[in-house]
Amino acid sequence: MDFLNAIVAFANFVFVPGLAYGAQLAIGALGVTLIYGILRFSNFAHGDTMAFGTAITILVTTALTGLGITFGPLPTALLALPVGIGATILLLLGIDRGVYKFYRDQKASPVILVIVSMGVMFVMNGIVRFIIGVRDINFADGERFIITAREFRDMTGLQEGLAIKTTQAITVVVAFIVMALLFWFLNKTRTGKSMRAFSDNEDLALLSGINPDWVVKVTWMIVAALATTAGVLYGLDKSFKAFTYFQLLLPIFAAAIVGGLGNPLGAIAGGFVIAFSEVTITYAWKKVLTYLLPESLEPDGLVQLLSTDYKFAVSFAILIIVLLFKPTGLFKGQSV
Amino acid sequence: MSTTVKDTALFGLVAVLLIGTGLIQGWNSALLILNMGLISAIMALGVNLQWGFAGLFNIGVMGFVALGGLAAVLVSTEPVPEAWQAGGLRIFAGLALGALTVVAAVMAQKRLEGRTKTIVTLVILVGGFFLYRAVFDPAKEAIEAVNPASTGNLGGLNLPILLSWPVGGLLAAGAAWIIGKTALGLRSDYLAIATLGIAEIIIAVMKNEDWLARGVKNVIGLDRPVPFEIDLQQDPVFVERAASVGLDPVLASTLYTKMAYAVLFTIVLLILLWLAQKALKSPWGRMMRAIRDNETAAEAMGKDVTKRHLQIFILGSAICGIAGAMMTTLDGQLTPGTYQPLRFTFLVWVMVIVGGSGNNFGAVLGGMLIWWLWVQVEPLGLGLMNILSSGLEDGSTLKERMIESAAHMRLLTMGLVLLLVLRFSPRGLIPER
Repeated sequence: MDFLNAIVAFANFVFVPGLAYGAQLAIGALGVTLIYGILRFSNFAHGDTMAFGTAITILVTTALTGLGITFGPLPTALLALPVGIGATILLLLGIDRGVYKFYRDQKASPVILVIVSMGVMFVMNGIVRFIIGVRDINFADGERFIITAREFRDMTGLQEGLAIKTTQAITVVVAFIVMALLFWFLNKTRTGKSMRAFSDNEDLALLSGINPDWVVKVTWMIVAALATTAGVLYGLDKSFKAFTYFQLLLPIFAAAIVGGLGNPLGAIAGGFVIAFSEVTITYAWKKVLTYLLPESLEPDGLVQLLSTDYKFAVSFAILIIVLLFKPTGLFKGQSV
Repeated sequence: MSTTVKDTALFGLVAVLLIGTGLIQGWNSALLILNMGLISAIMALGVNLQWGFAGLFNIGVMGFVALGGLAAVLVSTEPVPEAWQAGGLRIFAGLALGALTVVAAVMAQKRLEGRTKTIVTLVILVGGFFLYRAVFDPAKEAIEAVNPASTGNLGGLNLPILLSWPVGGLLAAGAAWIIGKTALGLRSDYLAIATLGIAEIIIAVMKNEDWLARGVKNVIGLDRPVPFEIDLQQDPVFVERAASVGLDPVLASTLYTKMAYAVLFTIVLLILLWLAQKALKSPWGRMMRAIRDNETAAEAMGKDVTKRHLQIFILGSAICGIAGAMMTTLDGQLTPGTYQPLRFTFLVWVMVIVGGSGNNFGAVLGGMLIWWLWVQVEPLGLGLMNILSSGLEDGSTLKERMIESAAHMRLLTMGLVLLLVLRFSPRGLIPER
């Protein structure tokens, strides 16, 4: 019985939150890795792209609920998501036309593009603040829990409860759909294949008649969809705040690099690696260990390896370790 | 127009902007902007050294600036003897154990082979970590329990705060050495992410390690290298002098202290600028630029690229540390919660790019100009919004929204300035020569 309790406590505090957070990071990292693969630079504006898409989605959500339209037990934001994606696509295509295209035509070095993306980051950050302000916004509605801790306890008779939030389940389901769609697109469609060809070898791709402008456009559209989805899922699960999204840049980049920049499969693996490490290292294990160990060995302290404030340190440490021992990431990524 | 005339004109523009601010908004605001402008110019010099000279992409400026601030506290505040007694030695023993663990792990990595290497390293790291926590945690708790409302930390060395400026530089240099040892040699954008992460970690440490500098409880009322306004106002000689130039003593005293800071900061800036110019024109500076332009060729000529990168990374970070200590001195307080990457890292980058990377005078100009803009965008934007919305009736949502949004103009403007400069004058206002 104690063993079961330990497993439930583990699932409740580590596995389920880690799974949801990992899925959010993975979708974010997919966007970063696609831009790196096709456009060949690290996009520092990615966190703010996520914030922009989420901000639009929140506005539409508020409008919908104002009209009395809801999505039943599911959050209304899911209905508003396509509008958010559409707006982000328009914004990113506009920025590409107005800003990035000039440098691409010049064949500017990647580091210049990174600095340009810093400028874009500032502008987007400003736009998001114009649109929605700097407050903390909670926009999840509908059923809060699929199963609450108390229901689970009553059902199973265990001491520990397992709570699953609707948003966590939605995150995992949506993430699965998004990833399946993306891999189907990259592997089965003509445009997807040309994107992969372009990423593997630009010269050969151009030689075989692939239209680079089209590839770039499609990339931005996919990135907009991924970024908005990741942003909305994260916001539903926690809450929306422009500054937090900017800070997500670090774990997202860590995920993309750990998996191997430019490799979509790596981005997903990296997302889960980073998320689970963050959660396990900053979780206080006392509860789980109390169930597992005999009474004489029970721990006095919290058995928390690092306080939660140091979660950045965890992503960072993993990043450094992977880079030192396997510079191209867990899955072979590109290196320039 | 010759280049010297153009450069002088640009610096003249900064002077005109500052004097204009003084005439319109009062000399106190103008001096405030000047002081932070001087500090920003020093930060820009540091980043320019790394990016302009050597092409190192460091976006962890915030961390080094914060370390400088930490130095100001550790040097100038009074020590807390009770806290030292409670756990001073133990906490350092704990830190030493932690450092020893890392060194031992690195040694094991270097000396051993194959599977033994992995196992021994893991054992050292895991064992060392728990040993470190066992020694460190109780000491930390004991120190933080000592009078937590006013201290709860070990305190400082009670030395003059001016000393903290070089110490801030040293502290930042030490951190830069550790970071450089691990992260330099990675590709440029990996280094960027690594430095971004380090900066966040430094801030997290400063927020959470209360025994060090009270964390988010902040340290206020730091020592000052210039006299306090209140003392000046009570000094009959000063009051008399102020009256003789027709100033009221309160205004005179505030202006006097700000002027004193401005003089101190200008001295530091001039020294650093002189050194940076010397470095740029020396064989060392030429070597750096050669490495930046073509690493492979420089390596073929027998230059140790990694070592040189480490060197300039440390130097540039040290300059940022000095600037950080100066800033905390000027503020008179250390508030770790206020360090934000947009303000302390990316804004400095805007300064360097706009001013002209690779040119020290460009960096100084960018620092002063962009800082002025950063401060003035808000009032300017508010004025603009007031004019634009003057046709709308009072109390309408749109009008309120427009006036409210003026507060968010800063970031947008900075982004636009950066993008415009990159597009139309990519080498900056005073380009590298």
